[in-house]
Amino acid sequence: MGTITNEELIKRIEGQFPGQVTVLGEPYGLLTMETTREQIIDVLSWLKNDAALQFIFLTDLTAIHYPDQEKSMAVVYHLHSLVNNVRLRLKVFLTIDDVHILTATTVWDAANWMEREAYDFFGVIFDGHPDLRRILNVDDMEAFPLRKEHPLEDPNRVDKKDYFFGR
Amino acid sequence: MSDIQLVEAPPGVEGAGFFATTLDKAIGVARSNSLWPLPFATSCCGIEFMATMASTYDLARFGAERLSFSPRQADLLMVMGTIAKKMGPVLRQVYLQMAEPRWVIAVGACATSGGIFDTYSVLQGIDQVIPVDVYVPGCPPRPEAIIDGFMNIQKLVQTESLRRRSEPKYQELLASYGIQ
Amino acid sequence: MKNHPVYTDNDPQNELSTLNLGPTHPATHGVFQNVLQLDGERIVSGVSTIGYIHRAFEKIAEHRPFYQITPLTDRLNYCSSPINNMGWHMTVEKLLGIKTPKRVDYLRVIIMELARISDHLICNSVLGVDTGAFTGFLYLMVYREHIYEIYEEVCGARLTTNMGRIGGFERNFNVIAFNKLRKFLKEYPVALKEFEALLTRNRIFIDRTKGVAAVTPEEALNYSWSGPLLRACGVDYDVRAMEPYSSYEDFDFEVPVGSTGDVYDRFLVRNEEMWQSLRLIEQALVKLENEPSDVFHADVPDFYLPPKEEVYNNMEALIYHFKIVMGEVPTPVSEVYHAVEGANGELGFYLVNEGGRAPYRLHFRRPSFINYAMYAPMSKGMLLSDAIINMSSLNIIAGELDA
Repeated sequence: MGTITNEELIKRIEGQFPGQVTVLGEPYGLLTMETTREQIIDVLSWLKNDAALQFIFLTDLTAIHYPDQEKSMAVVYHLHSLVNNVRLRLKVFLTIDDVHILTATTVWDAANWMEREAYDFFGVIFDGHPDLRRILNVDDMEAFPLRKEHPLEDPNRVDKKDYFFGR
Repeated sequence: MSDIQLVEAPPGVEGAGFFATTLDKAIGVARSNSLWPLPFATSCCGIEFMATMASTYDLARFGAERLSFSPRQADLLMVMGTIAKKMGPVLRQVYLQMAEPRWVIAVGACATSGGIFDTYSVLQGIDQVIPVDVYVPGCPPRPEAIIDGFMNIQKLVQTESLRRRSEPKYQELLASYGIQ
Repeated sequence: MKNHPVYTDNDPQNELSTLNLGPTHPATHGVFQNVLQLDGERIVSGVSTIGYIHRAFEKIAEHRPFYQITPLTDRLNYCSSPINNMGWHMTVEKLLGIKTPKRVDYLRVIIMELARISDHLICNSVLGVDTGAFTGFLYLMVYREHIYEIYEEVCGARLTTNMGRIGGFERNFNVIAFNKLRKFLKEYPVALKEFEALLTRNRIFIDRTKGVAAVTPEEALNYSWSGPLLRACGVDYDVRAMEPYSSYEDFDFEVPVGSTGDVYDRFLVRNEEMWQSLRLIEQALVKLENEPSDVFHADVPDFYLPPKEEVYNNMEALIYHFKIVMGEVPTPVSEVYHAVEGANGELGFYLVNEGGRAPYRLHFRRPSFINYAMYAPMSKGMLLSDAIINMSSLNIIAGELDA
């Protein structure tokens, strides 16, 4: 129920960044677009500063690991325009050997801790981040736990008998 | 006549102006009814502890009026809530700073055994790092259950021998945790 | 402190002292650590460390079916767990395209507003405790027990409620629950007025909290603040008003907004929200009289477990039960983001589904985590006692901070 429809959003964004953003769909009314990692900071800062759109609120920044895809790491940004009451989701896909992306802390300070969490869980490296280190897990952990290959349970437990757990 | 219940005196010989009993019984009564807890509240069980300390379930009736957040002045370490692996060394440090005699009560499923969080980041029970006296199950345990655990600690304190802390069995237990 | 970064190098004669506001907190606020550098009483810089109660909810959620994730969401903001439960159920209902009947929506509004009252009650009374006024906390905790009794009538548990199911509730609200609710609505306003009389115009409280930690709306939006903190700064962003869910558009309520964003404004905004919540509950009780009183869940046999008597006697119910529990019901391959107004701010659930019975990825947009990021930059230049009051007014719940 925003004052800007999704079609108009697509028109404006594609008008500003022709050929560099693709529309992935509108699942449940939320416009989802994909862009490249070279363009993402320009897109985000244009969306924030444009007088008509004013996406000033960074709702969420997270990552998803798709090990079966060729570009297996997706960084997902959720934006919200409070004035127009419309949300937008942006995705950037990265390959697992080269998970570098520019930091969004130049646009919003809120991205600082959100990017640290994405680094902690997935290992996505945000270039230019002032303090990229682990935030929730122990500092000397080496693996990235939310990647699909990392197990949920602690593998070093000696007191769990597999027989009782159906294994 | 009010129905305030006072603690019963231990069995002993009474006379005009004197009361004789054994030292450990007298100290047991005194200690168990004036325990100073250290609420190590990390998560949801901490909120149930707040409800236990509030007026409906008043833990202060049992002598635990004065909460101590400094381990140096506390008798009873009440660990309430999930202890993650990051928090384990902190918990151990707090336990080491407590002076003898000290007791530990593990409140809630997470402190007892890791609870519903069987993950890489949660310590599966605080008895991996410190010795525990009483375990209170529940997720979170009702305040009545926490009081029941506290009363069990009181029973332990009351019946403990004065020499228990210097016995070899106790020293072995501490050594198995790496505590001198 | 070997892993902490350098705070300030403007200290050639080593005059600054380091204080560890450590993970064991003497005010049951939760486990998070701030290492502060102090120049006397004034904070020069600080570094926050969190993660002392990281329980890997998002990883666990990838291994649990939708209905088993509800107990996980309980333990996010455990002071107001029904809001988390309802938010999660609404997210799944949005994914599956389930529309709940109006009566379920109104019952959900009642429960969520009760949860909001219980969270703001703790936050404000503990703010009083931190300034030294212990009486307010003691007198108001009794009402939290009354709210717990209402929860017990509905779902059986006090704190971590696991309330509701996908599509509605597990049982209808009985007469005792409604009687307790009406009694609460009669008694609580009296207590809240007393609490306000104790603190709101209290000279000492005003001196402690007015002008402390004022935040401009631009700074707050830059750090993605939401909830009572953002509203105290002057921005009227409330998810219930902007994107109404669960029939909030049928209700008439105001969104209280402050002006300076300091601790006193946050206290006032939370108090006023409690009054608005009471108004919402009264309106919901009136609206419930016009709805059929035996409806307590949507008619979705594919996702809502049938009653046990039917499972044992009726073949269809048995098959539905089997399919739901074993996860044989196909779910849409899509992604959904749903936000509710939690007690601390916008609580969002980002659910990416690949058709199984467990999510492919579930991310919680946790307001405490995002609100707390500003704490260390904000405390530069503050007195230590003001920083403590500031932390208390941010209402950081450790479960939601670390997840």
